[in-house]
Amino acid sequence: MIWQQLQSLAGSYPLALRGLGMTVMLSLVSLVLGTLIGFGLGILRTGGNRLISGAIGAWVDLIRGTPFLVQIFLIFFILPELGVELDAFTAGIIALTNLAACFICEIVVAGIRSVPTGQVEAALASGLSRWQRMRQVVLPQAMRIVLPPLVGQYVLLIKDSSVVSAIGLTDLTRVGWLVVQRVPNGLLVFFLVGVGYFIVCYPLILLARRLEQRMGAAHGEVQI
Amino acid sequence: MLENFSFRTIVEYLPLFGQGLVTTVWLSVLAFAGALAVGIVLAAMNLQRGWLFRIPAKAYIDAVRATPLLAQLYFLYFGLPRLGIILPELVVGILALSLNSGAYVAEIIRAGILSIPRGQVEAGVASGMTYVQRMRFVILPQAFKVTIPPLLGQAIVLVKDSALLSLIAVAELTRAGQLLASDRFMPAEGFITIAAFYLLLYYGLKGLAALSGRWLGLAGVRT
Repeated sequence: MIWQQLQSLAGSYPLALRGLGMTVMLSLVSLVLGTLIGFGLGILRTGGNRLISGAIGAWVDLIRGTPFLVQIFLIFFILPELGVELDAFTAGIIALTNLAACFICEIVVAGIRSVPTGQVEAALASGLSRWQRMRQVVLPQAMRIVLPPLVGQYVLLIKDSSVVSAIGLTDLTRVGWLVVQRVPNGLLVFFLVGVGYFIVCYPLILLARRLEQRMGAAHGEVQI
Repeated sequence: MLENFSFRTIVEYLPLFGQGLVTTVWLSVLAFAGALAVGIVLAAMNLQRGWLFRIPAKAYIDAVRATPLLAQLYFLYFGLPRLGIILPELVVGILALSLNSGAYVAEIIRAGILSIPRGQVEAGVASGMTYVQRMRFVILPQAFKVTIPPLLGQAIVLVKDSALLSLIAVAELTRAGQLLASDRFMPAEGFITIAAFYLLLYYGLKGLAALSGRWLGLAGVRT
């Protein structure tokens, strides 16, 4: 019986690969877009314009305060009512990008605020422009604080991409769900799904840990 | 269409939303209690010097952190019956949330205990305290303080994660929104309302985290 199941599972191998491909694709696109937008929002938020930073703060809070599943449903079911035609893949990308951008914005803000004001004043005194100060003085120093949680955020993003299976995208989790309807061995099927995610996420977790140690050491903090 | 956004329907469905909210709250409370239990055991195992307990604890924590909660939920939901364990969806959901959050709680507790300077432990040893006394009177009271705000942060994550239980048909808040969306074909009314309820819970817990930070005299706590 277990043999039959294994054979049947082996038959689902192309489907599993497609699912993994979808998961990687979703994560990668929203990771790149989310990072760009997140950095933009973070820089704008610390920019000193009260209105802009207030608006960004409120939006970030809205996104951080609601479950991702609800956000996906809102985007997927309500945007069409507003006249925006979109398929599940686009909806998933929009939802994931927005989520990533909001969390990365917070990380970037924390990084920028960690740079001593004296540095900015020195850059001002040296006659650097606003952009130069950001690009050459603040961001390079902020990256120490930003990098470890940023990589951690990527792990969260990959895991959150599993939630888009709820609107019918055939990602790795959805493949598990489909396969388990035919091969009634949930332990085995979702163990394998877990292995798929583990292979993608675990190297990133290790990287985040390493970065944390290195960046911490660079700050002269004592490692325990 | 959003121009005929129906507040009347929302009011009509308010009892359903209320039930969903109450379910989300109490299942989150139970799951968080479970997560604390799992987390304390894992943290204790992880802090042992011998590898016998430490390795399994680390493996568990890494496995949980590297896989999505939804896959873990389905693992239990489709897998437990296979082992002959038939549980109601609600119980499976609470179990999945506890086991998942427990791994994160374990790391928070471990970080809290490790944040106590080594000198304090040595001072305890020098004063002739036993291991239990050092834990009870020196380490835990101080570690407790620093773990409260991140634990509340984890509670926020858990409440939001509980929305996934709607996918295995647990009648919680998100499920109430889905029902309104499918019964009346009013997704806007359904999902905006539950989003508002989740925000209520979020700001409540966030306020609590900020307050606890102030009470405990921790400066600049962010969750």
